[in-house]
Amino acid sequence: MIVDTNVSLSRWPFRRLPADEPAKLVSTLRNRGVEQAWAGSFDGILHKDIAGVNSRLAADCRKYGNGMLLPFGSVNPKLPDWREDLRRCHEQHHMPGIRLHPNYHGYDLKDPVFAELLEAAAARRLIVQLAWCMEDERTQHPLVRVPNVELSPLPEVLRRLPALRVQILNWKTARGDEARRLASAGQVYSDFAMTENPGGIARLLKTVPLERVLFGSNFPLFYFESALLKVREAGLTSTEEQAVSRQNARRLLGPAS
Amino acid sequence: MSELVKYSDRVGIERSVVFMGYPLVNDPSPDQLREQNDQVLRAVRAFRDRTLSFAYLNPRHLDFSLEEFDRRVRDGPMVGIKLWTAIRCNAPELDPIIERAASLGAVIYQHTWLKITGNLPGESTPFDVAELARRHPGAPIICGHAGGDWERGIRAIRELQHVLVDVAGFDPTAGAVEMAVRELGAGRVIFGSDAGIRSFASQLGKVLGAEISETAKRQILSGNLRRLLTPILKTKGVRP
Repeated sequence: MIVDTNVSLSRWPFRRLPADEPAKLVSTLRNRGVEQAWAGSFDGILHKDIAGVNSRLAADCRKYGNGMLLPFGSVNPKLPDWREDLRRCHEQHHMPGIRLHPNYHGYDLKDPVFAELLEAAAARRLIVQLAWCMEDERTQHPLVRVPNVELSPLPEVLRRLPALRVQILNWKTARGDEARRLASAGQVYSDFAMTENPGGIARLLKTVPLERVLFGSNFPLFYFESALLKVREAGLTSTEEQAVSRQNARRLLGPAS
Repeated sequence: MSELVKYSDRVGIERSVVFMGYPLVNDPSPDQLREQNDQVLRAVRAFRDRTLSFAYLNPRHLDFSLEEFDRRVRDGPMVGIKLWTAIRCNAPELDPIIERAASLGAVIYQHTWLKITGNLPGESTPFDVAELARRHPGAPIICGHAGGDWERGIRAIRELQHVLVDVAGFDPTAGAVEMAVRELGAGRVIFGSDAGIRSFASQLGKVLGAEISETAKRQILSGNLRRLLTPILKTKGVRP
């Protein structure tokens, strides 16, 4: 069974997707062996009524999937009173974490408000999912061009927050020195929705510890089969496959999972 | 090559078309073309039943490219040509190459992208392929990567029935294969992996995950390319 840590509900702003209705999304995931999916909302990328976005997300996660969907609310620290959105995610919706889109929300990781947000999330013991990107920069809509998130300031922030758990979503370049620096700076996890090259997951595991890699598909924006086949292509051992597909995410989520 | 075959086996890919060597050179010289085609032939030698190969050509070196075509395709084992980023494919320099390839039934694979961040100077778009295809109505042309920005790329070549798209080399964005099948018909869509830049898995997932018929998937995964290549393979005594 699989825990998919990178799923989104609602509508991608730029096209309809084959599985962008929650009932269909849930049945597609279930048919492919997913037992739990961590769901953000596409609406959280561009909408300004984030409180409404998160309420709908929480409602859809309750309504569909019999508990399969775990909501990860959006927080935009550039909006007034973002701390109230964070509070509602935690106290009202009982979300295990939040999802950030710094590039779409117009701040970089050097911005003091980013550190403030991480501190507030850490105080509430929320997992923070940070989307490195959502799609290839080269194919974005010409009127909505959004650069990938520059992660280099992140280690310094994380060193001050050793208890904070951060997952980088859609981190295409999760290899090499930057990945090592981040892995050693704090509790940083990544998925492989955008990992490429043949055997990409196995190569990723040469850079980051096994326990820091999570199954993530970027479904329904991406075909779910892409992530599923990457696991097969990587030729992982049974232990590695179980860790990546399920156990690491369950451990990250904690006893409540 | 053995590494690529190993990964192919894991995801069920039986046979691959191989072209271009290393290093990647946007505008290769004749020596570089010759070397890269040699690399390909050396790489596939031990995997004859698992591979087919295309010759890498550069229309900027037209005379050499025609000689290389004869050496590698007419008189050699290669069954198609690969054109990359040396010159945009609407240029008249391509015409003699396309004519010669078409005369032998060699398949023409033209790389294309439509980058909002800006193409390389010699990098073709699907619009360039459309111009080229209008001048060569019988040539079997594959519009590589469907232009990357597939929603525009598919439309750019839609009316040209002899142009196919391959769905390799862009992110596994859901809906791409469905749109290609809807707008072009399953007979004009070809699977490609773009390995080793891309993952076999991410690209294969596009077809296996698409909401299209099983018949259409079979066409995309093997039938269409086999149909294109069968004439030239027969002349070379290779099983289609």
